[in-house]
Amino acid sequence: MKEDRYPLAEKQPHRLKTPSGLAFDQITLEAVLAGSITMADLRVTPEALELQAEIARAAGRTQLAENLGRAAELARVPEDLILRIYNALRPGRATRAELERLAAQLEKDYQAPRCARLIREAAEAI
Amino acid sequence: MASSKRFQDRAGRAINRDSFIDEWPETGLILFHSPHDPTPQIRVENGRIVELDGAPEAGFDLLDRFIARYAIDCAVAEEAMAMDSAAIARMLTDIHVPRREVVRVCAGLTPAKIMDVASRLNVVEMMMALQKMRARRTPSNQAHVTNRKENPALLAADAAEAVQRGFAELETTVGVSRYAPFNALAILIGSQTGRGTALTQCAVEESLGLRLAFLGLTTYAETLSVYGTEQAFRDGDDSPWSKAFLASAYASRGIKVRFTSGTGSEALMGHAEGHSMIYLETRCLMAVKGAGSQGVQNGSISCIALPESLPGGVRGVLAENLIAAMLDLEVASGNDAMASHSEIRKTAKLMLQFLPGADFIFSGYSSMPREDNLFGGGNFDAGDLDDYNILQRDMQVDGGLRPVREPEILAVRRRAACAVQAVFREFGLPPVSDGEVEAAVIARSSADLPDRDVVADLEAAGEFLNRGRNGLDVIRALARNGFEDIAAKILAIQKLRVAGDHLQTSAMVLPGPRVLSAINDPNDYQGPGTGYRLSPERWREIASVPQAADPRTIGAAAAAAPLLEEAGEARAGLDPREIVIAVGPAFGGTLDATLLGLPHRDVLEALIAGIEEEGLKARVVRICATSDCGFIGHAGAQLSGSGISIGIQSKGTTVIHRRDLEPLDNLELFPQAPNLTLESYRVIGRNAAKYARREPVLPVPVQIDNMARLKYIVKTTILHLRETEQVTPGKPPQEVQIIAADERE
Repeated sequence: MKEDRYPLAEKQPHRLKTPSGLAFDQITLEAVLAGSITMADLRVTPEALELQAEIARAAGRTQLAENLGRAAELARVPEDLILRIYNALRPGRATRAELERLAAQLEKDYQAPRCARLIREAAEAI
Repeated sequence: MASSKRFQDRAGRAINRDSFIDEWPETGLILFHSPHDPTPQIRVENGRIVELDGAPEAGFDLLDRFIARYAIDCAVAEEAMAMDSAAIARMLTDIHVPRREVVRVCAGLTPAKIMDVASRLNVVEMMMALQKMRARRTPSNQAHVTNRKENPALLAADAAEAVQRGFAELETTVGVSRYAPFNALAILIGSQTGRGTALTQCAVEESLGLRLAFLGLTTYAETLSVYGTEQAFRDGDDSPWSKAFLASAYASRGIKVRFTSGTGSEALMGHAEGHSMIYLETRCLMAVKGAGSQGVQNGSISCIALPESLPGGVRGVLAENLIAAMLDLEVASGNDAMASHSEIRKTAKLMLQFLPGADFIFSGYSSMPREDNLFGGGNFDAGDLDDYNILQRDMQVDGGLRPVREPEILAVRRRAACAVQAVFREFGLPPVSDGEVEAAVIARSSADLPDRDVVADLEAAGEFLNRGRNGLDVIRALARNGFEDIAAKILAIQKLRVAGDHLQTSAMVLPGPRVLSAINDPNDYQGPGTGYRLSPERWREIASVPQAADPRTIGAAAAAAPLLEEAGEARAGLDPREIVIAVGPAFGGTLDATLLGLPHRDVLEALIAGIEEEGLKARVVRICATSDCGFIGHAGAQLSGSGISIGIQSKGTTVIHRRDLEPLDNLELFPQAPNLTLESYRVIGRNAAKYARREPVLPVPVQIDNMARLKYIVKTTILHLRETEQVTPGKPPQEVQIIAADERE
């Protein structure tokens, strides 16, 4: 199947926004120098990640699509929490209960069911 | 026992500094099919894998569990596992079976089955399969950029050169981990300085790597290592789930991720559990796929010398690259760590990835001399770049690089080093001096750079990270200091992160930046005429190496004034004391020197002197109807009063001939003109005279120079062409007079 949506930056730039709502073509050097763009603007949005997940899935890449779907959830999660969860998932760092709390937090505070499921499955496996 | 001198010679060769061992399956020192490897098998119940390669679910280890849960497509597993391994192996090389169908089948296979399939292919079949199975149609390449002094000006200059040379990704690392933000910064700036563009990464501990990426100082991450046994995984301080989460974390910030694995790591860590390297590597690759990584760097990576010590090791390493591609993963195919002392062996090994092409042929070509390679790598390094470019040109293969000219390289190196200097100044970091910039532009290695104040640098680097200096700060600093072009390109690279196009499988960036990946450049190889082919422009680029001379200019300079003057048709001589020197049609005319550059006048004088020393006389004639040495000599002999002639071509090839011999027979032939000195020509003259006097003759001793033909064949061909241009068919031999040197004034 021919993928005519991709690359998004070329084929569908109108569907791309920064997390603060700026349009893709508003990200210019002038705007950066004028101080109207911050690093937080130069981030992928959950919506763009979901689009990329769809494209990966259409190409038959289920696992990559799942990963991009989890990434879409994490796009809203602050970096220190991401690092905390990552470290908790490393061997011997956290108990099942601690992992369950992190999963619940992701689900409740960040509407991140796919990440929560991954964490629960990790907890089950240890 | 007497020892052979040839054995002694070979014992001293580079190849014999490599280590070689026999297989030892119990410890994992075997490529394929350890007796302890499981037999391929699967059982699926209600869409759930309950048995995997002979293990029941209750007996699954961490990796089995992860693979069963995430990596195998249950919908095709039973169909695919029922197929004969040899049949699947044949699909891999069958040009009538599209990649997509092979990927569909392989998605349903277990680790033991995939190893069995791969083991059915010989090395050429594996190369055919890799050509078809790599995910992106266009091959590319990745460079290492590091240096021992962690000098930012040199890092930036090397990064700029690497991109100018065509590398699509740059990987740096650190000697001291606190340098990481500066190294990432320097290659970010360098990577956007030249004509092209590249993604960049800094290989450090995972948490630090994530921070650098969040700050926009890197655009991809590669060193997410996975292992094929549970215990090795634990020793790596990760689990498949933590890696899967990490992959999502990077993607959530628009960072491209590639995992790392490779044969031999488990054996090296003492945790192979008796399994073969390829079986364990397949488990790794299935963990990579299950975690949702778009790709992997493998090909044994830093363990390369271990599989290479074993029988079939180099083939096995190609098999791991291929298995990654069968699993629809991007593959950056190794070739980064030192694989051999032997240049022959290194190059032979490289061909297995270079010829079929990989998404990234090297996962780290050392773009600087290997002593500056902080990965400890550098199997191919800066010194080998000309060789590499010539290999591309020889094989008509796209290895991802482009030949460059020195001025363009000096220009981009200077620009990058100056940009880093300006950014350091703007941020109040320890200054980069003009001397460092100048040294970085022309340096061979960091030994050519002044030492920096390491303590001050490390303190500043820590502060830089703590203040959260990011990609936008860098863009502003560059723009404020006259580097708007680099600033704009770094911004464009940061913008990739908003779109996420480079998160798709096998993504690389082209100038623009334009993303090329397995989505918009899928590998459609199905035999001749399909798949990746060099465009005419790209082929011209690869073919036009700076070393290539214009053949039209070789030997084109005509003699200032002729040496010989024709004086009518040559007659047959009657004097038995006469030797004819028969020269070729261009001799002393449109050509004036031999291949070696000996002036025709001096050569002629030496021949005549030799003849006269033996008391005979020389007569010079020009042969006009042929440029062939044998026929020139033969024609001369027909005219010679003694029946003996010396035939000489303009390029200096000489023959001693006799009237009664067949044209291509001779008394003595001196086919290698480069080995002939004026002294040789004098002795040739003397010998000719001795033949005329019917004395016993000791043939002229000639040196053997095996390289002569190699060195001179191009010039030989062209000088001969020029002589042949002067042939006038049917024109009889001409008497010639030597114009005295002073008359030429």
